[in-house]
Formats: sequence, structure tokens, C-alpha cells
Amino acid sequence: MKKAFAKLCLVLVAAMMIAAPQAVQAKELSGDLEIFSWWAGDEGPALDALIKIYKEQNPNVKVINATVTGGSGVNAKAVLKTRMLGGEPPDSFQVHAGQELIGTWVKSDRMEDLTPLFKEQGWMDVFPKGLIKLIGTDKGIWSVPVNIHRSNVMWYVPANLKKWGVTAPKNWDEFFAVAPKLKAAGVTPLALAQNWTANHLWESVALASMGPDNWDALWSGKLKFDSPEGVKAWELMGKVLQYTNADASSLSWQQATDMVIEGRAAFNIMGDWAAGYMVTTKKLVPGKGFGYAASPGTGGEFMFLADSFGLPKGTKNRDNAIAWLKVLGSKEGSDAFNPIKGSISARTDSDLSKYNGYLQSTSADFGKDRVVASLAHGVAANETFMGGFGSVMEMFLKTKNAKAAAMACAQLAQKAGI
Amino acid sequence: MREATKDRLKAFLTLFPSMLLIAIFVYGFIGNTIWTSMTDWGGSGSLAINPEKNFVGLANYVELFTGFLGGGFRQDLVNAVYYSVMLLAGAIGLGMFIAILLDQKPKGEDVLRTIFLYPMALSFIVSGTIWRWLLAPQGGVNILPTYVGLEPLSFQWLSSQAAILEFNWQNLFAVFLYIVSFLLILVGLFSMKRNPLRAMKRWLGPGIGIGAATWLFGGMLPEALFMEEMHGFNMATLGIIMATIWQYSGYTMALYLAGFNGISQDLRDASMLDGASEMGYYRHIAIPMLKPITISAVIILSHISLKMFDLVFAMTGPDNAETGHPALNMYLTTFRANDFAAGAAIAIVLFLVAATFIVPYLVGQYRQRRRG
Repeated sequence: MKKAFAKLCLVLVAAMMIAAPQAVQAKELSGDLEIFSWWAGDEGPALDALIKIYKEQNPNVKVINATVTGGSGVNAKAVLKTRMLGGEPPDSFQVHAGQELIGTWVKSDRMEDLTPLFKEQGWMDVFPKGLIKLIGTDKGIWSVPVNIHRSNVMWYVPANLKKWGVTAPKNWDEFFAVAPKLKAAGVTPLALAQNWTANHLWESVALASMGPDNWDALWSGKLKFDSPEGVKAWELMGKVLQYTNADASSLSWQQATDMVIEGRAAFNIMGDWAAGYMVTTKKLVPGKGFGYAASPGTGGEFMFLADSFGLPKGTKNRDNAIAWLKVLGSKEGSDAFNPIKGSISARTDSDLSKYNGYLQSTSADFGKDRVVASLAHGVAANETFMGGFGSVMEMFLKTKNAKAAAMACAQLAQKAGI
Repeated sequence: MREATKDRLKAFLTLFPSMLLIAIFVYGFIGNTIWTSMTDWGGSGSLAINPEKNFVGLANYVELFTGFLGGGFRQDLVNAVYYSVMLLAGAIGLGMFIAILLDQKPKGEDVLRTIFLYPMALSFIVSGTIWRWLLAPQGGVNILPTYVGLEPLSFQWLSSQAAILEFNWQNLFAVFLYIVSFLLILVGLFSMKRNPLRAMKRWLGPGIGIGAATWLFGGMLPEALFMEEMHGFNMATLGIIMATIWQYSGYTMALYLAGFNGISQDLRDASMLDGASEMGYYRHIAIPMLKPITISAVIILSHISLKMFDLVFAMTGPDNAETGHPALNMYLTTFRANDFAAGAAIAIVLFLVAATFIVPYLVGQYRQRRRG
């Protein structure tokens, strides 16, 4: 351990010595840049677009694209931990912005403060204030957000709804009014997939149940999870679950979306990567082939999550990594990446003509809605809470005991230091 | 005398490096894990270069067995027990059955033997992925009946929510006593024929006594948990059990086949001359002679089932309480939730459970060798 620390220091000093004179001359960078992410498959081309811009600006840098596949970064995060603990951090790595980064890496003092970079590039003004607050602590800003996804979206096929004679519910009471009718017609009212999508559904349900102020209070520790509001959220979740498919745990989120497209289910609540899937893979037109609305009871609220890149302490090619972060935060980089990825830019000045209809409407919502943090995707709580929440959800799916789940959450929050 | 000491010295020197390495990398690290499980290492900041660790004694274990958040772990532990028992019964039963069939020396015996043994050569990730596809709700096994014109099955092999043999964790001690009394009575009934008096005194009497006492005074036993918590055998585990049996019955077949081939033909002929049927030969002669093989199969399979990780991961993924397993839970707790202390505690519990299988075996072996 001591030796690893000594090595780390050595690398750090060496990096600084190399970096110091280069910072003065700037421009001509050379050497390697290793980018660590879980963007492969459908999301690979979006990352390639960013790398292309980087290559144009820094032709002498060899870019090593280290991706570890696996949805939502399940595998990548484990590999990243091994590398960070082994004293061999990648030059820059993808991470969900917010507590997932802060709780794991910032509290462990392994990240560099990016406030100087934000000031130098004028990012303090182009990124929304609320967003900067969520990706930073009182000690600094820790990552550069690349995109914004919305979590609380409900998807449906307008033609099918017409056929069944229902409209998209605005709140859960309306949903419970139409759900039995759909069920009687042999249609699953709400399509659900494996465990993490249940967490995803919960955050939309809980937000609807308690409202944005209580939701924020929950994560700042001012509202207890076993308070009446907390228990109510779980009770509502239990009611919603009655109208989901029984084979949920063996489906991927795409299969749950397919159920809606194929008319076997009426609604699905999923983040807006579902729009990317339906537009790119299924070739559907937003608004016609599929419809969307804020999930019941969360109109005017925007539950966000963001991918971001940070700068670990002790990287080998610090300058190259900073140049990479500059590309990520730039308008050019952001507008090249997001239309392909199916997300909106975190910048307030992005060129909307490059985005499709769905993304344009989301972008407008992001500007005017109340922005709240997502739990299932790492913004609201640290990994200790998220990991434990997965098993609380499993117990709830089995027992449907709202009180016990709320109390377990309260205990978990205490353990995770919320 | 001098020659002997020299030999001993040589032997010691040759063994020393491996003894040292095992001392550090096996026992040293087991010790380190035990120590970690008694600290509060976890939460934010746990990945720092010098994380903060405070000694908390057995708090992590108490939490696992009686705490709110340990519910998932308790379910996993119950799963693992059912899983082990079913796997043992299935793999040994099926393996023995195939071995008996092949022992009849049918045509092409060696080809069949290879075919049956082959699944073991696959990695769990590969066979897990294949079985996940086979057991998909609307495909694979479930549509087999349609080929002969029947309705497709609708059993959800990997995602069924149903559970049987449920018990309340609160009554853990009572359940444990019932199992003990059941086993005692079972052993008693089996040895009734040979020595009725001893069977009554040693097995049946205490068995019935414990059972009756638990039934009468079970209410006075302390409750293991402050709330009701049902655990049982989840039907979703059936799919995983099937895949494991498929993979390992070939292995037990090979073990038994080797044993059957080792029994001299004279013995078989002699028993036949004395009028033993085919069945009788296996029931009274061959299988009792292969007791050491059965024991080693049990040991090997039980520790494999307790360490099972990749097959479950490939078939149902993480966060699936229906098919959860403590080893998977340990990984998620440690490396996803960064809760190193709780993860270490789960690892130690698993280690102790595995030890209860293996230590008696090792002690038995050691005694046998000293006697022989």
C-alpha cells in the first residue's frame, strides 16, 4: 500500500513536471490519452464523434478508447475500481454526475477540482446553475457533464391508445381509472423489466407521490424515509405494481419497450434513451410512431441524470485529459455528441436545429421545468445507498410491505450518511 | 539417525516455500477478511488511499442475521441451502443412474461417456447464457410441446414469483429443531432392522423427544427476528438447478463409473450365483462399496454449490432476490455498494458454512489414515 502510494506520488510529481512547461506552450500535445467509458454498441458512434473532434484538434495524441460494455456501467464501474485502487487510473473516465462520483471518488480524495477549468472556459455561465450545484461540493466542481437525460417519461403508442379508447393519464388516479379496463382487454397497463427498471419506476412514482420539495428534502436528509410521505410513496408503488407484467424480472428494458410498441402493453416508464432506441433501432417517428408525456403526476418536473467525465488524480497524461475535457464541454463537442446519443446538451446555448422533435421538446422542458435529481442513475445518492436500495426493492417486490421497505430505506440512508 | 534428520531437513526446505505462500496468501488473507468483517469499513470515502476503519466487533454479523437490511442476505442464504440440497440430490441421483446404465456396457459406451461428460468442459458463463435462452418465458423449453401440437407451457422458469416450503425466519430455532428431530427419526428407522434397541436409544428416542418438545414448548423459544419474514424455496431457482445438474451429473457419472469398473468381476459373478438380481447387486453390493466416492461427490458438489456465482449471474443477473445467492450478494455489497466490512462478513459466513461440510470430512480422513 505504501509503495503504491509512493508510486502514485512519483507519477503525480512527474506529471506535474511535464505538465508545467507544456501548460505555458500549450497547443502541441502528444503522447496517449486513455478514455474509459461504457459507451459501446448503440452509443459507440456518439463517442466516436467526440473522439473525431479531439483528433482534429490534437493530431499527435494517440487516443486509446477503453470501453467496458454492460448497461448502465455495471461492469465498467467494477473495472474502474480495480484500476483506481491499483494506482493505474485512466486519463479520464465516464461517470454518472452527482453523488455516484462524489460519494465514491471525491470523498476518497482521488479526483481533481475542475473549478479553474470551468472558470477559464466560461462554463460557469453556460451550464445551468442548478446543474453545477449538483455536480459539485463546497470544495469544488468534479466533472464535466456531457449530456442530460430525463428519467420521468412515460411512453405509449398513440394509435393503440385510440384503439383501446384511453388517453395518456396525467396522474396516477387517472391511471388507476383506465388500468382495469386495459387489463380486462388483455393488455398489460404498464410494462416493467428487470430490477433496475423497478428502481427507475419508483423514483417517478415517489416524485409524484411526495412532490419535488419533499423529494429534495429526502436527499438532503431533512425528510426521513420512514415519514408518512415516505411510506405513502411505497404504498403507491405497490398499487402501481399490480398493473405490471409478471415476467418483468427476465426482461431487458428494451423488451419492455417492445411490449408497448407491439401493443402488448399500454405504457412504459423509462428514461429518454428509450426515444433513441425507438428512433434509431425501431425507425419510429417521435409523436406519430410513439408518444410521450411526463410520467403521471410529475408534469412540470424534470428528473435528470447526466453522464460526465472527471479527471482522476495521478493520471499519466494530464494535459491530454484536460484537452479532452475542453472538447466535452464545448458547444461543438456537445452538439456533435448528443443528437447521436439521443440526449440533450447540458449547455444552455446549444444549436437546437441539430436535434430531433423529441429532443427539442425535452430541451424546452429542461429550460423551464423544476429540475430534480434521479436516484436510480446516481445523481441523488451515493453508491452505498444505491447498492442497498437494489436489495430493498427486491424485498419489496416480493413482500409488497410498504412500511418495512420505508423503514429499511431509512436505515440505509443512515448508513450511507444522507 | 543423521541420515534421517538430513532427510527431514530436506523435506522441510522443499516444503517451506509453499508453506510460506499458503500461510500468507490463504490463511493470512482469511485472517485479514475476518478482521475487515469486524470493522466499519464502508460508505463514502471507503476507497481512499488510507480509508478510515474502526473496530465494531460482531455488529456486521448481527446486522446480517437480525437487521432490516439483512433481509436480502437471509433470503439468499435460504436459497443457497435449498439449492445445495436439490443439486446434490439431482446430480448424484442422475449421475448414478447414467453410470449404472453405462455399466451395462451398451454399444458405443465410450462415445456416450464423452457426451455425458462434455457439459463439464463448458464455462458456467457459456452454459448459463445458453440456459437463459432455453428458459426464456416465450421460447425454448416452453414452446417444445407445440412441436407435437400441444399448448405451449407458461411456466416462468427464471422469473416465477411463487415459493414453496416457506417458513418464518422468526421461528428459525424451532425450524432447526424440527429438522434435527426429523433427521434423527429417519436415521433411527433405517437402523431399526439391524439393531432395534440401539436405534431406539440413540436415534428414535431423542428424535421424537426433541420434536415433541419443540411442538409443545416451541412458543418459548426466542424469536430470531423482530418482524415476520417469510423465506422459502423460490420456483425461479428451478431453472438454475436444472442447468447446474445438467452440467455436473456427467461428472458424478464419471466418478461412479470409475468406481463400478474398479469392482472385480468375480464379486459380481459371485453375487449373481447367489441369486442376486441386477437391482440387488447395485443396491446391496456396488453402491455400498462406493461410499468413499459418494462422500467425495457430496463434498465437491456442496462446495461448488456454495460458491456458485457465474451461473446465477449469467442466468438471472444481479439484484434478483428470487434466485439470489450469498456469493453474488457478497460481490455486489463489496464492489458495487463499496461496503467492504459487510461484504467481508458475508464471505466469512459462507466460509463457515462450507467448512461445516469439509472439516468433518477432513477429520474423518485423518483418523482413517492414522488407523490404517
